[in-house]
Amino acid sequence: MSVLVDRTTRVLTQGITGATGQLHTRLCREYGSQMVAGVTPGRGGTDFEGIPVFDTVAQAVAATGANASVIYVPPAGAADAILEAADAGIPLVVCITEGVPVLDMVKVKRALEGTGTRLIGPNCPGIITPGECKIGIMPGYIHTPGRVGVVSRSGTLTYEAVFQLTNLGIGQSTCIGIGGDPIIGTGFIDALRLFEADPGTDAVILIGEIGGSAEEEAAAFIRAQVEKPVVGFIAGQTAPPGRRMGHAGAIIAGGKGTAREKIAALEAAGVTMAPTPADLGRTMRDVLRKAGKLP
Amino acid sequence: MNIHEHQAKEVLRRYGVAVLEGRACFTADEAVAAADTLGYPCVVKAQIHAGGRGKAGGVQVVRDAAAARRAAESLLGRPLVTHQTGPQGRIVRRLYVERGCEIARELYLGMLVDRGPGRVVVMASTEGGVEIEEIAARTPEKILRETIDPAVGLAPYQARRLAFGLGLGAKAQLGQATAFLTGLYRAFVDCDASLIEVNPLVVTKGGDVVALDAKVAFDDNALFRHTDLRELRDPTEEDPREREAAKFDLSYIALDGNIGCMVNGAGLAMSTMDAIKYAGGNPANFLDVGGGANTEKVKAAFRILLADASVRAIFINIFGGILRCDVLAEGVVQAAREVALTVPLVVRMEGTNVEQGKRILAESGLDIVAAADMRDGAEKVVAAAGRAA
Repeated sequence: MSVLVDRTTRVLTQGITGATGQLHTRLCREYGSQMVAGVTPGRGGTDFEGIPVFDTVAQAVAATGANASVIYVPPAGAADAILEAADAGIPLVVCITEGVPVLDMVKVKRALEGTGTRLIGPNCPGIITPGECKIGIMPGYIHTPGRVGVVSRSGTLTYEAVFQLTNLGIGQSTCIGIGGDPIIGTGFIDALRLFEADPGTDAVILIGEIGGSAEEEAAAFIRAQVEKPVVGFIAGQTAPPGRRMGHAGAIIAGGKGTAREKIAALEAAGVTMAPTPADLGRTMRDVLRKAGKLP
Repeated sequence: MNIHEHQAKEVLRRYGVAVLEGRACFTADEAVAAADTLGYPCVVKAQIHAGGRGKAGGVQVVRDAAAARRAAESLLGRPLVTHQTGPQGRIVRRLYVERGCEIARELYLGMLVDRGPGRVVVMASTEGGVEIEEIAARTPEKILRETIDPAVGLAPYQARRLAFGLGLGAKAQLGQATAFLTGLYRAFVDCDASLIEVNPLVVTKGGDVVALDAKVAFDDNALFRHTDLRELRDPTEEDPREREAAKFDLSYIALDGNIGCMVNGAGLAMSTMDAIKYAGGNPANFLDVGGGANTEKVKAAFRILLADASVRAIFINIFGGILRCDVLAEGVVQAAREVALTVPLVVRMEGTNVEQGKRILAESGLDIVAAADMRDGAEKVVAAAGRAA
């Protein structure tokens, strides 16, 4: 079992004729994902390595039954691409694009309210259910099918966690990179709710970072509604205040959004915190053993 | 991207936000001429990208030309130390000479994107001149908030509610206050601002509502569609290393330690800094080479690290996803050959094409310490920096 994506997911790529779109469409197909369509306005009727390309998302959906979209469109057009996918009724939209203007996302978030579309990202690695469906830019081979859910604001830190789990023989149900921007679609709480309800997930790794209060809100949710064990890590424990650390969302403003506050909130909610990212795998192994889920 | 007060006011003026008349000046002569034109008393204000200028002596009221010259000469070319600049201060290179006004009340007004609801929020308070963080800590009930629906914009009733809350409900002021707020929101959206802060917003003795100070920051991600605003960048306010890094689209932040870091991914870069601190060291920088880095970019990053005289050792921590380990290794080897590598180099590499990457490094003949994982790498680089210091 898994959340959001599995072997039945039919994926379309928006921005399929760009270099990034081509590379990752190819890699996702090699991984085993059903890459059924591409969209690039003006290139309708052509194909990319056998995958049909359409001018609009609506045409692609009508012709191929795509039910998930991945966006590699450059920042200036990314918000529009999300809106087009939502308009075509696609239930899951994954926006990989980094550098989308914040006010574009303010509009997108408002426009998605009340629609049946779930957005993941932007500025994220994507989502993968190991062995079944990979949508995004994560290296596929580090994953292994299993029963630990992973949700993270950081791409490479997710890879760290997953790689350690795999090396310890612990597989993953689904890994969701929610993205490092201040305004994102799916958040920690959405992902936790999905993992809590998924019979195929035994425990969850949550990787946060400085800035905002999403981790504190996740902690409150865990305390109230999550029974499954959660292992956590917060990046940026030594970051200077007032500076934006790579991710647009990673900034300590006015003494708020510090790692210390987030760690305290998660610990108080019963989350087992890994002291460094190098400890994420081991910490999860110990937690699973304690829960009787691992010999 | 941050801009100066005088630029911020120029932007706001275009949207009908009430500001006082003023002139940007780069010499004492210009400042005196501006003061003569504006009339006395007027105010000479140091322009640096930091708050707390008033308390630090960077804002001086002058009553005649001689005083204007004294003020300008005392500020220009000298560092101004405020609680936001750090002990070394910032060199004042330009002034803003502004018409004076008689202040009856000082208020606070801020506008920013609230991540929770994903909307622009206006914050206001009757405690002007005080930092909002301080008000939030001391008297949070005194902060008025209005969250703006992007499909509607700042609704007139919201502007009125803020105005009444700020005590600007008298007939003469209500119209001014709502016009001020509406203009501010239009400026925010039109310019893709990430922050607009008017602190203080003042009510003059004549009853006018005016922005006495203004801080505007733009969303870097949106600058591509604002060529005019990009022109407002003041490179002298930026760290030269950060400027160089920006040319190559590298995310670099200078810090005060002695261990140079090169990492891919912001989260991993932040935790690499954390790991170095745990191991007892101090990072010289935050550097995210990004997911799609090529050899040129890695070379540029490596050159920036090596150009930093305080760097005693370098830690490269890569988890290859899109950025393949062989590409990284190639960049490091080429850069190390171009610029003589004089400090110890610790490399921890994992992910796509890791074996090829390791082979390229091993065959390069460079003196490289290999690390098993990031904790091992952090310990090794801290030890190496200790020996080199």
